[in-house]
Amino acid sequence: MGGNVLVLAEHDGKQISDATYELLGAARDLAAALGGQAEVALFGPRDLASQLGGADVVVSVDHPALAEYLPEAYEQALTAVLAERSPRLVLMSTATAGLDLGAAAAVRWQAPLAAAVTKLEAAAGEIVATAQILGGKVLAELELPGERAIAAVVGGTYPAAAGQGAGTPEVVEVAPPAGLDRLRMSLVQVTEPPGGDVDITTADLLVSVGRGIESQDNVELVQELGDALGVPLSASRPVVDAGWLPKTRQVGKSGLKVKPKAYLAFGISGAPEHLEGMRDADLIIACNTDPGAPIFDVAHYGTTVDLFDLVPALTEKLGR
Amino acid sequence: MRIVVLMKAVPDLVEEIELTADETGIDREFLKFVVSEWDAQALEEALLVKDAAGADVVAVGLASDPDIDQALYTALAKGADSAVKVTGGEETMLTGDRAALLAGYLAAEPADLVMTGVQAADDIDGQLPPMLAAHLGQPHVSVVVAVEAANGGVTVRQEFAGGLVHELAVQLPAVIGVQAARQAPRYAPITRIRQAMQAGGLREVTAAAATAAPAPTVRRMFRPEQASHAQMLTGSADDVATAIADLLRDRGLVKG
Repeated sequence: MGGNVLVLAEHDGKQISDATYELLGAARDLAAALGGQAEVALFGPRDLASQLGGADVVVSVDHPALAEYLPEAYEQALTAVLAERSPRLVLMSTATAGLDLGAAAAVRWQAPLAAAVTKLEAAAGEIVATAQILGGKVLAELELPGERAIAAVVGGTYPAAAGQGAGTPEVVEVAPPAGLDRLRMSLVQVTEPPGGDVDITTADLLVSVGRGIESQDNVELVQELGDALGVPLSASRPVVDAGWLPKTRQVGKSGLKVKPKAYLAFGISGAPEHLEGMRDADLIIACNTDPGAPIFDVAHYGTTVDLFDLVPALTEKLGR
Repeated sequence: MRIVVLMKAVPDLVEEIELTADETGIDREFLKFVVSEWDAQALEEALLVKDAAGADVVAVGLASDPDIDQALYTALAKGADSAVKVTGGEETMLTGDRAALLAGYLAAEPADLVMTGVQAADDIDGQLPPMLAAHLGQPHVSVVVAVEAANGGVTVRQEFAGGLVHELAVQLPAVIGVQAARQAPRYAPITRIRQAMQAGGLREVTAAAATAAPAPTVRRMFRPEQASHAQMLTGSADDVATAIADLLRDRGLVKG
């Protein structure tokens, strides 16, 4: 068990998530370098193990409390699995489950954690993670010493295909911990995202606004450009959190992934969570007054002209 | 219900970030610090709980954080009932150290509900809410977009990628990592912040830190190598607009 790499599986009860396959692909390479095997911790329906052919071992905990994702239940199951399997490295996503469970496991399992990881290297038993901080403006190279460690890996860092093998992993069952029968939280209801709004994932052209828009009134200014082009407005997280545009318009890690033919970004600095959702657009044009904004590292064209001057000029030129 | 809202000062991302001479940290000396945006959301949501159901809201910061007084006075001006500065720790950006010290504080002055930002921009070794909850042995939920008092506990809405939401009933005490409040953080007029400052009232509490989780070792910090960089369009707004319009026309994305 000395060099095993364990991935925490995320699923919706039917499908293993792409993020899990991304992590599993990375786990296979790291486990090979560490002289161990790639394991996946699967909580809830055991039949999903059939979708995990890329793993050497699927470690399964099944219990009614794990039927749907519940932070405390998953935490109990993960604690039991870590005690039983003693992996060298645990990989999880930076999505909701990773944000719930990673740092708690660092305390409960007494292991160093690297957050927002974009690169992992293992050699001679040593693990080095490269992590993003400060909105992607700085990278930190972190040593994860000792016998155990946790890495929360940014979505899209590794290709999902490498984790989608067709093997038949050994399935190891771990007994559900007793704590699952006395949880201090319960799932009341699940709400699907509101439908009926435009679908930004199918648009050829997106006009997107970020924090630089400063106020809801100013969103109107960009809406006029969107109207002139006949395309929907999308946004980065701060604009949606402020309530200026609905959640259905959010691009990024906690929103939607888009791949339009052109993406116009106004006042978006380019935090890693946002770039995760739009970097594959065919053409990215970014407007931000900060010449050091990370958005310019993924954009094809950029400008530091003030968006409040540029947007009306564009609306005038493109209006019809 | 006693709600403790934990506030952290983080570098203002609008500023140029400089590294220390040995390139293992951020040079904090000349940086401007602001309240972590997620902590501001957590405070707003806590004040909404107070508005709806009544609560004693305590804003808590680490005395070692730069400009934390300003953050705590602002919290008081917005409606927090009291504010505490926790002493006993060195200045640190490691979440592990912060969680250990705050666990010590909360052991001495327990909360029914701890609310804080789901993350901070300078988290290297993980996020505060789950680490703190693990020290305290309490249930915790991250990426929360609404908190309401109900049946002696709280009902929270936890958000997943794409907008799926789980509504959870959570017993107290508990720790909640807030992604966004139900409304934009309220505004505190500068006159009211000044009044809070003149009234003083930041209570200092010395805490004994719990044993922190092991931390990763920072080998070095560096700026991302830019594999590519945007071709910059310069000139007047009108010039740039013309260039962008041409780019879109060339690709057949706009008419004319």
